[in-house]
Amino acid sequence: MRMGRRIATTLRRTVIHAGPTVLGIIVLDFLLLQLMPGDAADVIATEAGVATAETMAAIRERFGLDQPVLTQLMNFLGHLAQFDLGYSPRYNMPVLDMIMMRLPGTLLLMVTALSLALAMGVIVGSVMAAWAGRWPDRVLSVVVLLLYSMPGFWVGLMAVVLFSVKLGWLPSDGNMTIGAELTGFGLVADRLSHLVLPALALASFFVAVYARLTRASMLEVQRQDFMRTAHGKGLHPFFIQLRHALRNALIPVTTVAGMHLGNLLGGAVVVETLFGWPGMGRLALEAVLARDFSVLLGVLLLSSFLVILANVTIDLLHAWLDPRIGEAG
Amino acid sequence: MSAPDLSNAAPPAVAALADVGNRAAPRKGRRLRAFVRNPTFVAGVAILGFFVLLALFAGVLCPGDPQDIVGAPVLWPGEDAEFPLGTDSLGRDVLGRLVYGARASLLVGISAAAIGLAIGMVVGSLAGFFGGWIDGLLTRLIELFQTTPTFLLVVVIVAIREPSLQTIALAIGLASWPTVARLVRAQFRSLRESDFVMAARSLGYSRTRIIVQEILPNALPPVIVAASVMIANAILTEAGLSFLNMRDPNVVSWGGMIGDGRDQLRTAWFLTALPGVAIAFAVLSLNLVGDGLNEILNPRSDQ
Amino acid sequence: MSLLAVERLSVAFPGQVAVRDASFAIEAGETLALVGESGCGKSVTAFSVMRLLPPNARVTSGRILFEGTDLLAEPPAGMRRIRGKRISLIQQEPMTSLNPVLSIGAQIVEVLRRHEKLSRRAARARATELLDLVSIPDAHRRVDDYPHNLSGGMRQRVMIAMAVACGPKLLIADEPTTALDVTTQAQVLDLLDDLRHRLGMAVLLITHDLGVVAQWADRIAVMYAGRIVEKASIGPFFAEPLHPYSRGLLGARVDVDTDEHYLANRLSEIPGSVGSAAGEQGCPFAPRCPVAQAACRQAPPPLLELDAVDTGARAVACPVSVAQTGGRHAAAVG
Repeated sequence: MRMGRRIATTLRRTVIHAGPTVLGIIVLDFLLLQLMPGDAADVIATEAGVATAETMAAIRERFGLDQPVLTQLMNFLGHLAQFDLGYSPRYNMPVLDMIMMRLPGTLLLMVTALSLALAMGVIVGSVMAAWAGRWPDRVLSVVVLLLYSMPGFWVGLMAVVLFSVKLGWLPSDGNMTIGAELTGFGLVADRLSHLVLPALALASFFVAVYARLTRASMLEVQRQDFMRTAHGKGLHPFFIQLRHALRNALIPVTTVAGMHLGNLLGGAVVVETLFGWPGMGRLALEAVLARDFSVLLGVLLLSSFLVILANVTIDLLHAWLDPRIGEAG
Repeated sequence: MSAPDLSNAAPPAVAALADVGNRAAPRKGRRLRAFVRNPTFVAGVAILGFFVLLALFAGVLCPGDPQDIVGAPVLWPGEDAEFPLGTDSLGRDVLGRLVYGARASLLVGISAAAIGLAIGMVVGSLAGFFGGWIDGLLTRLIELFQTTPTFLLVVVIVAIREPSLQTIALAIGLASWPTVARLVRAQFRSLRESDFVMAARSLGYSRTRIIVQEILPNALPPVIVAASVMIANAILTEAGLSFLNMRDPNVVSWGGMIGDGRDQLRTAWFLTALPGVAIAFAVLSLNLVGDGLNEILNPRSDQ
Repeated sequence: MSLLAVERLSVAFPGQVAVRDASFAIEAGETLALVGESGCGKSVTAFSVMRLLPPNARVTSGRILFEGTDLLAEPPAGMRRIRGKRISLIQQEPMTSLNPVLSIGAQIVEVLRRHEKLSRRAARARATELLDLVSIPDAHRRVDDYPHNLSGGMRQRVMIAMAVACGPKLLIADEPTTALDVTTQAQVLDLLDDLRHRLGMAVLLITHDLGVVAQWADRIAVMYAGRIVEKASIGPFFAEPLHPYSRGLLGARVDVDTDEHYLANRLSEIPGSVGSAAGEQGCPFAPRCPVAQAACRQAPPPLLELDAVDTGARAVACPVSVAQTGGRHAAAVG
């Protein structure tokens, strides 16, 4: 109905808007990687121990590394149009396959961390706003400010010390118990227990961001006339906060959540490395160390696409929250 | 290009312009008191000042190279009076390394923020002042950089060159300018129609002069707040990079100390905890300064 | 027993007294206009009745009797049963007084289901009826509209529909038409007046517009700097305003009858500006008053109830004026 139409309008607009950004990112990433000193041929040759000029040239020719930059870009764009991200000489497999193997891990981690951060941030921020200026607000403000200032990966390490080393409650490495042939509930529980610490580490900073924002936003809403209207109807204050205040306060929170998605993915690089989590972020770091640019380029591209996709989702959420969005005129 | 001769300018307009220049002047005294009276700001400046002093006088406070092996490996804090915060797995003084680490963190943080601010202010003011297709193009550029995951971008740039402090600062700066650009663009868009800019235009001042001398000073308050947050974020990013071993091997950094300490996480977790506390407090001080500045410069924003 | 009796109400903000010793009553079914300049405390008085004051405001003394019970002593839950059901509120700004993210139907349904046992479907049907009642065309389709789809006048009609939904005995309308254009103003006030008669409710009409008062109110209470300075029925008041401030207001009105905002314009021509009610020694109007005497600056004049056949229930806080009108009004200290 009306809601459906609004969301469709928003979807159409965001997709049209995202087109040029996608193209720009491809070109930008490609140019960046052209600046890299040395190429995959160097790495392979060094590893194989056969650095003769002939083998190098052969490798370069095989992967099109001897072409002019513009030709390489056009080739790349052409391949991209067929969902071909190229071939990794280092791992000897298609880049897309490598990334697709790691994508679910990153997605799971990101979605969990973002949901966790939003849920906790909104709850903490609402509590702070409800008790603004009194002791629950002051205590939480200090906690939030500390979270806002601590590196997420360090929070993760400290959580490892507490929950893995001292208490032995949670695993600190990988995404599942290797060799344990689990099924059903046991499998889910095992996966979840591996997810807790990385998700917490990734979410910690963003919990603080959303809590601060929700607090400010909720306090701003309290001053609005429609809040007095709602109180004037004899509704319960808790109900008013939930139905009238929070929904309005969430609009700026979701906007900022969208702006932070890139940072969240960036944070995943460190957190995935720290927890041995098989995701795209760790793959990116492995690719940097191996100087495997086609993989790095692929990861950079796909993460950017992921951010665009997530932004579209946020826009849709926005259109659902705010009826003023997505209507013509 | 004609540089306007001020002596020919009409007196009322000059008077109006003089007013413009003095817009903030009568409030200076009150502003200063507001700074001193804001507890958040004062606390932030105090902690930050402590770290700045550490960084400046590291050589005096802890003579000797922090990379030198000076004692037995893995001494816990308090175990040996000579090393109040213990030693790491190679027998290097943790306290000394923490003190020197302040240097790297602040240096990278401040220079990265300076680079980011410079780029962001140029792009933002051009986009906001000129509007039209220039704005469209630059906004696209801003969006592009905001879509690319910042940390990944920094990793790539550092990978292109050797991981020295300069490269790291440059990379963080290059990846963090879009926020400032957005902010400055918004300020310029609202300020370019204001009376004092109109007055300056009517006097025939050059665009450069209008941008640099008329609009920019009035667009600064939110940028100043953003700057302290940018330094804080740069320090966090640097810590992450160093933790991943993308660091200058000759420089002691807090993030690097965490990375080194990680191998002893099960036996000597203080090696990881202490540099993290240092980072948290340094970043906290900058966030406090930012919050304080925000309350002072933008009094309506909170509560 | 009056429907609402406000007795010696005082409300304070930190460092400032907004309402001082205000007393007035509203009988069932009548419209009382509370008149004064912005900042004189009339909105604060209205919000006190609903117990919807901003968190930093405090009622320092007085009673507010509604159908005999003191609203100031009512527990929060009891107050919530009264709000929206027995007393309801219309605010000044139709653009901001509706929640932008909820449909107008949902906002009307909300108050219906809070106070009356109605199914979702029945509440929605009733909401449509109410929109129809306040003359919103195509009510059954507009019920799903959001506030931003409606004009200011339409939104104020929605506010009225919401306010009368549960058949309140008292409607507080805080400058309901100030934000609207002239023609819409008259339509909205006509609607309010019509509903008042049909639903048998009393209206506390807060306004700064004497034209509105003359046309739609039964009685008037004039506020100045937190105090009520004159109370009268409409006829006698417009025939002969007694307080110098009322005379100033009315004099201004007669001079520029065509100007819609005569009051706002002319008030600045009464010398001086509204003094703060806090820390005033004498009559708050004395600094601007043409007939002020030395005594006026010593102590605030009490509200004198005038006891005369032709004036009805009338009171004025100005001994000088009472003396000037001579024997026609016999005054008794109230």
